[in-house]
Amino acid sequence: MNSNKHSKNFWIAVLLWLAALVTLFPFFWMGSTALKGARELFLRPPVFVPHYPEWSNFAKVFTVAPFGRYFMNSAIVAGLSVILTVFINLLAGYTFAKYRFKGRKVLLLMIVATMMVPFQVIMVPNFIIISALGWLNSYLGLIIPRAAEAFGLFLSKQFMDDIPDELIEAARIDGQSEFRIFTGIILPNCRPLIGVLATFTFMWRWNDFIWPLIILSKKEMFTVQLGMSNLIGQFYVEWNLLMAVALLSVLPVLAIFLMFQRFFVQGITTTGMKG
Amino acid sequence: MSTQSARTARTRFNFTPYLFLAPNLILFLTFMFIPIGYAFYISLTQWSLIGSPQWVGLANFVRLLGEREFWISMWNTLYYTVTTVPASMFLGLLGAILLNRRIPCKGILRGSFFAPAVTSLVTAGLIWQWIFSTEYGIINYLLTLVGMQPQPWLTSNALAMPSVIVATLWIRSGYCMVIYLAGLQGIPREYYEAAEIDGAGKLSQFKYITWPLLGSTTTFLLVICVIYGFMAFDLLYVMTGGGPGFSTTVMVHYIYQQAFSVGEMGYATAAAVILFLLIFSLTMFHLREDRSK
Repeated sequence: MNSNKHSKNFWIAVLLWLAALVTLFPFFWMGSTALKGARELFLRPPVFVPHYPEWSNFAKVFTVAPFGRYFMNSAIVAGLSVILTVFINLLAGYTFAKYRFKGRKVLLLMIVATMMVPFQVIMVPNFIIISALGWLNSYLGLIIPRAAEAFGLFLSKQFMDDIPDELIEAARIDGQSEFRIFTGIILPNCRPLIGVLATFTFMWRWNDFIWPLIILSKKEMFTVQLGMSNLIGQFYVEWNLLMAVALLSVLPVLAIFLMFQRFFVQGITTTGMKG
Repeated sequence: MSTQSARTARTRFNFTPYLFLAPNLILFLTFMFIPIGYAFYISLTQWSLIGSPQWVGLANFVRLLGEREFWISMWNTLYYTVTTVPASMFLGLLGAILLNRRIPCKGILRGSFFAPAVTSLVTAGLIWQWIFSTEYGIINYLLTLVGMQPQPWLTSNALAMPSVIVATLWIRSGYCMVIYLAGLQGIPREYYEAAEIDGAGKLSQFKYITWPLLGSTTTFLLVICVIYGFMAFDLLYVMTGGGPGFSTTVMVHYIYQQAFSVGEMGYATAAAVILFLLIFSLTMFHLREDRSK
């Protein structure tokens, strides 16, 4: 019975590993293609591990289009978005969890209800508002309209509900200001929450596509995602270079996930990871 | 910042919570609530961003209902959603059940299945476009190995959408799996032990324990995945550009084209309002289901 169960688990593990290899193959193929020179790229049968890896492809990418600038734009937008969004979400989550004030329930309900409204649905009015503000082709236009989002706020509130009130009361008796209580006492107790919020916010903003596509027309403001999709629109596609830049574009998100991986399974299951 | 003590904070009107909420409230107001109301207004006007909007009443909606391309985009959206949602949820559930046991390197397996979900849709689209490439794609090479004809995956009306669906399953299944895995871990082991003592087989254990207890997870995933399906744009835009012809143009793409290529803000927004109402009614349905439990 026991050995039977063991051999069954063995076969299931084999099956899962095969499935995992199939899942990972597109990534492998991206990496393999990224390292191929012009000759190996179109060989039949295809070369799986390049014999003459062209590491210079990664440098060459930055000459076919200003990807240095695109990466910088994406980093600025995603970085500032993380700071802004995480901060205001924590502050609002704390307020909803620990203060009793007029309109608390209504406001919370209205904010949570916005989870039902995907950004794509209101992209046209938002485009009009942004162009009226003169924010087309700007970092502000990329960051500000997407800075407030309900999932992170709600997650923060749920997390802060569990922080004991006594901690706050004691600090108040000590005469600390309300804002000092938040930054000095509450935030240090929220490290896992901050990790989850930062990871997801970074991923969402780094991977954003349709909003930058709409409000950016100047090439020098392009994000990485936009730069990549623009390359493919050109008449001749150099697949090795395209795969090289695709590979580079995945690395920042991968790095953030590895950094915060302790928190991330928990984060996915509680947020549902909505974009 | 105010330095009131806890006692006076309760008795006097307290500005602090409103101050703390101000950034969020201002942003939600400007970029969520006003745009929703504004969308309804714009949808009732004719407007190409030059001059001021002209009130046309329901004319945009009437025009939409008579427009063949709108119905094609609606049909494509449904086709895409109805195929990807059940398939990715099934694969996710299957993976979760298989993974929810003592298996070496479980974390690596889970990470591998989940990796596509954190990849940007543009990157995923590029990778799959290369894989499906007619001349040099690896899929067509594998087909010739087993003696089949290479196919024009992304450039044929019939095959473009199925190709995008395959790429979507790659992206979405791992996500469904992680959510299902969390649901499975919430089911107490004792239930299965008791069922085993009663002599229930694996299949009836699934039917009477696993599936019913995963009910709320399934509903949650169903709603989220259907919304994702209705909102699809990035992947299709990169892989097929909506083509060939209109064969993979979905609703968001149609709205995007009408607004930003044709420049018909009112007409495009009318289509967005229809999309909004579809999603809204769906979520309402979900909430009602949730409450009845």
